[in-house]
Amino acid sequence: MEKTPDKISSSSEKNEVLNLKETELRLGLPGSEFLDKKATGFSLFGKDLKDENNKNIFSGAKRVFSDAIDGSNKWGLCTNRGSEVDLGKNDVLFSPRGANGGVKNTNILQSSHPAKEVPPQPVEGKKDENGSTASKAQVVGWPPIRSLHKNRLTTNLSRNNDVKGKSESSCLYVKVSMDGAPYLRKVDLKTYCSYAELSSALEKMFSCFTIGQYASHGLRGKEDLNECHLMDLLDRSEYVLTYEDKDGDWMLVGDVPWEMFTDMCKRLRIMKGSEASGLAPRVIEKCKSQN
Amino acid sequence: MQTDPNPKKSKDSPSNSDSTESTQSASPFPDDVLGKVLSFLNSDKDRSSVSLVCKDWYNAERWTRTKLFIGNCYSVSPEIVATRFPKITSVTLKGKPRFSDFNLVPQNWGADVHYWLVMFAKVYPFLEELRLKRMTVSDESLEILATAFPGFRALSLMSCDGFSTDGLKSVATHCRNLTELDIQDTDIDDFNGGWLSCFPENFGSLEVLNFASLDSEVNFDALERLVSRCKSLRVLKVNKSITLDQLQRLLLRAPQLMELGTGSFQQELLPGQFGDLESAFSNCKNLRTLSGLWEVTSVYLPVLYAACTSLTFLNLSYAALRSVEFGNLIAYCPNLRRLWVLDTVEDKGLEAVGSSCPLLEELRVFPADPFDQQLHRGVTELGFVAVSRGCSKLHYVLYFCWQMTNAAVATIVQNCPNFTHFRLCIMNPGRPDYLTNEPMDEAFGAVVKTCTKLQRLSVSGLLTDLTFEYIGKHAKNLETLSVAFAGSSDLGMQCVLEGCPKLRKLEIRDCPFGNAALLSGLEKYEKMRSLWMSSCNVTITACQQLAREMPRLNVEVMKDKESDDSQADKVYVYRSVAGPRRDAPPFVLTL
Repeated sequence: MEKTPDKISSSSEKNEVLNLKETELRLGLPGSEFLDKKATGFSLFGKDLKDENNKNIFSGAKRVFSDAIDGSNKWGLCTNRGSEVDLGKNDVLFSPRGANGGVKNTNILQSSHPAKEVPPQPVEGKKDENGSTASKAQVVGWPPIRSLHKNRLTTNLSRNNDVKGKSESSCLYVKVSMDGAPYLRKVDLKTYCSYAELSSALEKMFSCFTIGQYASHGLRGKEDLNECHLMDLLDRSEYVLTYEDKDGDWMLVGDVPWEMFTDMCKRLRIMKGSEASGLAPRVIEKCKSQN
Repeated sequence: MQTDPNPKKSKDSPSNSDSTESTQSASPFPDDVLGKVLSFLNSDKDRSSVSLVCKDWYNAERWTRTKLFIGNCYSVSPEIVATRFPKITSVTLKGKPRFSDFNLVPQNWGADVHYWLVMFAKVYPFLEELRLKRMTVSDESLEILATAFPGFRALSLMSCDGFSTDGLKSVATHCRNLTELDIQDTDIDDFNGGWLSCFPENFGSLEVLNFASLDSEVNFDALERLVSRCKSLRVLKVNKSITLDQLQRLLLRAPQLMELGTGSFQQELLPGQFGDLESAFSNCKNLRTLSGLWEVTSVYLPVLYAACTSLTFLNLSYAALRSVEFGNLIAYCPNLRRLWVLDTVEDKGLEAVGSSCPLLEELRVFPADPFDQQLHRGVTELGFVAVSRGCSKLHYVLYFCWQMTNAAVATIVQNCPNFTHFRLCIMNPGRPDYLTNEPMDEAFGAVVKTCTKLQRLSVSGLLTDLTFEYIGKHAKNLETLSVAFAGSSDLGMQCVLEGCPKLRKLEIRDCPFGNAALLSGLEKYEKMRSLWMSSCNVTITACQQLAREMPRLNVEVMKDKESDDSQADKVYVYRSVAGPRRDAPPFVLTL
């Protein structure tokens, strides 16, 4: 399935976006350009829409604004997270202010009175206040999913997204630096399923690398790193693979299950062995006590 | 369908009209035996047929019926039911039309169970089971339920509203013999989790406990003690407030569980805890159903692997898993019969299903982001085709997607001709075949022509009247049809009403069907449970005509605020022996 890029590039989609923009509620004189361009792009989509043709967008603003003034709650506008925006509420009218904070984590609002049903296309001559804009407005009860399920899910998803720190990307590029190398590399952690794969890939990238040996057990799930083995390798090898986690600490790669590692890793550093021996004192002590 | 339950008896027993008195007469042989034989009949359809044979059989049947099923609570009244059936111990009641799930029915529409309970308290003191779907239930009603029936055992509330956790307190406090408390898809006033602590300390009869749809935290110690005491507990579905390490403790107490709904699956576990959780799961040898998995992060999925081999039903509809981690999990589930997932698993995940689950019979794919207007991620026709290739036993599908093709659907039904339930939702209303730009008529044509056992169908995409011609002509076993944003003219609906001999429920929204279509089904509606039409082209006048000509139908209209006076925005038509509703709110016009 083709994925639409974040930046709307195809002209048809751009037109749809423009049409949506026509119905956006904004402060300001009808037809005028807005001072705060960033807020403009952000207001109801949560995306930074860089649009060169700003002038075209606002040509219809006059009509839209006066419609909004009526206070008629005729349509629900579509937002990035799909909130059904109640037009009667003040924060929507003041969209530039609400824009920067509001959109990303709103749950789907289930208004106590169902919003007016709007046909997705002008069907059998029903009155359509804004022409084609109605095609993208939310329709009551569509898609046919229980509201309970929707609400639960949005809470789950937004929480997951917050925790993971990324919303819809399916790749996870991190910088890899190696002590002494003139430049850094980048790897996509999502393309690997285990430490073994990662280390062999890094090995290829930085050919004098020896980390592959201790991670080659095929660590998955809860298998713990064999600490004694590590100790041996640390002694023997020149380099050690470390990573910076979300808290900014430098950690030894291999302690935690792979999936947890990909969630926590911000960047990788291939450290010289001599420096690394100061890194894992717990590990070394454990090995000593076991021996 | 009707097998004669008593072939020898029919020759001997007299079928005279005064046999009502002879029920207690000298010769016990015919009636007692008849009663005994009939008591083995469980199916409502069979019982219905039996009751029509003759008066003897009607009476024998009504005296032996213990389970009552009412598919539309307004089709009959509590009084009628109480008069006809004296010995009911189990009641199932369904209320609002299904589209109320999607906010198409205003609040306070009705379907209040209260007067039913008041009647039951008088007539059925030995009531044991109550199962409600889409009904309004008040705390007061729950209080009656808890106190008026000393032998009450099983309460199941699905998609109900109107009560609070106070009502649950009554149930927990007073129902000494409760075996089942099952609350699903229910949005209630959840004040706090204190209700759970109201089960008495010597109470241990629970077999089913499902409070997954309640949000607030329960007292974990009380829950743990409860689970320990209930040795027959086989279904436990907890809510999000239960953490992983708490779950582990519960599993230790109840390794006999057959159905488990976990709590939150996201927690910083210490290494030891991970191992404990894993062994707790592997100790549950009887686990058949797994659900919950709120906020799951893939890190902890491996704890489930050991328990997955025996799973027949996996419900991941709240777990936003991606294709790789989902693929890893599903590889451990070779015995799966039913699977519910989110479309975050994408086509790749569904391919894994096709290759890992050859016994799959039911698949439901829900959209994680139903209002995602721009990116349209999720699953496509390819995922569906992949599942159909690997899972030839598939007969129930609910599939939400953004694109589909006629060719794909044709392939799917060729691979799986045994569909009984085919519910396809292309989330952009009126979307054509995205490759050929043609309507999706041929897709559903293929479905109804190939799947002769089809009972339930939901259509979507750009559809002309041709789809409905196909349906009317070929869908001989179709009982439920859901239509939205489809059709070109009255002809479409007419085809369905004139064909489809077994049609029971027809629900339509936003279609160009008008008065001619509505009125073409005059005779049909009495054979059906109900018809729903909203945002179509029907006028009040036509509804009035329908009501006039068919007095045994209830014709109800709800109007939207801004429409013309003549428009019947929402029409609900159903057969009833109880006459028009007496509890209709002002916005429901009964014609």
